[in-house]
Amino acid sequence: MSALAITAGFADPVIEAQAHFHALMNALARPGSVQPFPAALDAPAPLTRELAAVALTLADHEATLWLDETLAASKAVVDYLRFHTGARLVANPSDAAFALVADVAAMPTLASFAQGTDEYPDRSTTIVIAVETLAAGGDLELIGPGIEDRTRFDLSPRPAGLAVQLAANRAKFPRGVDLVFVGARQVAALPRTTLVSEV
Amino acid sequence: MSAVAAPQANGYNFAYLDEQTKRMIRRAILKGIAIPGYQVPFSSREMPMPYGWGTGGVQVTAAIIGPDDVLKVIDQGSDDTTNAVSIRKFFAKTAGVATTTETRDATIIQTRHRIPERQLTEKQTIVFQVPIPEPLRFLEPRETETRKLHALADYGLMHVKLYEDISRHGHIATTYDYPVEVADRYVMNPSPTPKFDNPKMHMSPALQLFGAGREKRIYAVPPFTKVRSLDFEDHPFEVQRFDKPCALCAATNVYLDEVVLDDRGGRMFVCSDSDYCEERRADGHRGELSGEAPGLHAIGGAS
Ligand SMILES: [Zn+2]
Repeated sequence: MSALAITAGFADPVIEAQAHFHALMNALARPGSVQPFPAALDAPAPLTRELAAVALTLADHEATLWLDETLAASKAVVDYLRFHTGARLVANPSDAAFALVADVAAMPTLASFAQGTDEYPDRSTTIVIAVETLAAGGDLELIGPGIEDRTRFDLSPRPAGLAVQLAANRAKFPRGVDLVFVGARQVAALPRTTLVSEV
Repeated sequence: MSAVAAPQANGYNFAYLDEQTKRMIRRAILKGIAIPGYQVPFSSREMPMPYGWGTGGVQVTAAIIGPDDVLKVIDQGSDDTTNAVSIRKFFAKTAGVATTTETRDATIIQTRHRIPERQLTEKQTIVFQVPIPEPLRFLEPRETETRKLHALADYGLMHVKLYEDISRHGHIATTYDYPVEVADRYVMNPSPTPKFDNPKMHMSPALQLFGAGREKRIYAVPPFTKVRSLDFEDHPFEVQRFDKPCALCAATNVYLDEVVLDDRGGRMFVCSDSDYCEERRADGHRGELSGEAPGLHAIGGAS
């Protein structure tokens, strides 16, 4: 494979991976909080730069990646992720450590991804979803670890039946998936512990 | 290009660990945060220090620290023990980060045995060095069995053990590493902190991360998460109480260490959190022996 044909990753992999991890950690530790996510790299469309930044920060040959149809259909995206992460791409969402979703509308149900087991609930998929907007406030009310009392959260577009799917996900605890949303240089998350209701 | 990092000018990768190892630890940390109190297995690496020196905490700190962080390291509440000094130097050298002894200035606090007296903030992460992460280990040595008990949230054994304490001693004798239930689900070991510090974990604004190097476990308590010390209706959880205030700064409601003053049995009780004590003395607080024993923490507290 020629490296020249592949879009560059982080300019400074060590420092940028730490910065993006820091944002992801804060996002998961404080559900619904919108964290800055620099994502100062180029990624081949339809892979957004933020999805690319998450993949380069967390995926490698020990952590499998699942790509949604839109992403998997692009040879440039597949080559880019293979080259920069070394991660094995899996066809079945239930085999994925990380799932990248560029097309929210066509996203499989949360239950299609790895849920972990009762003994090893960590063996579950972290689903990373590209959206257009992320904001505090809004009609999703969040309660749970990481949230002092309750908080409001908004994102658009949304996976179909998000609140209902999240309630089912929460009911399986400690099994379940964790959701990471990336927008324009922003990241927010809904770990499996968060109770989400539409108000 | 790609994921291979240039080593620092001094010959180390940033914060010592290679990028592959950091990613593995970072993934475990994110899972730990998503499943509060659950022990995430990870492939602990050899560190250039012995296991007793908090290699689990060191690996967690190495995976989260960035160039703008300010690191504080405490051991038994003190910044000045050999262990604390050596870990601080390790990160100053390998990551080039600023270090501090002042709790309020730190963004990351790595600790063994104490949680600072000063309330932590949302801007801070506290990393605990954990020798024995499994609260059920002394009751059930088999890992497959403890996994099952956690899976079923079957903590009956733990309650039986605590209740046996009560029948034998009239109270729960455990004073360190007192087990807690996190977010109404997992029971976890808070690491060998005195139970005095358990209430500080409850709804703490800071993120709390736990690393056990030899046992290869990482776990977490997110900010603003319920942490309940196990107890019984007729024997509610209580923290240690001290009869007198700190002899140097007159602080009350803090954890005190006994310090031997001379070879004639003279002793006094002083703040275990040396930074807190110094800050209070700098603010003009005086304890009954404050004139007699400047810089006593260099001698060291009860350990
Ligand atoms: Zn004092």
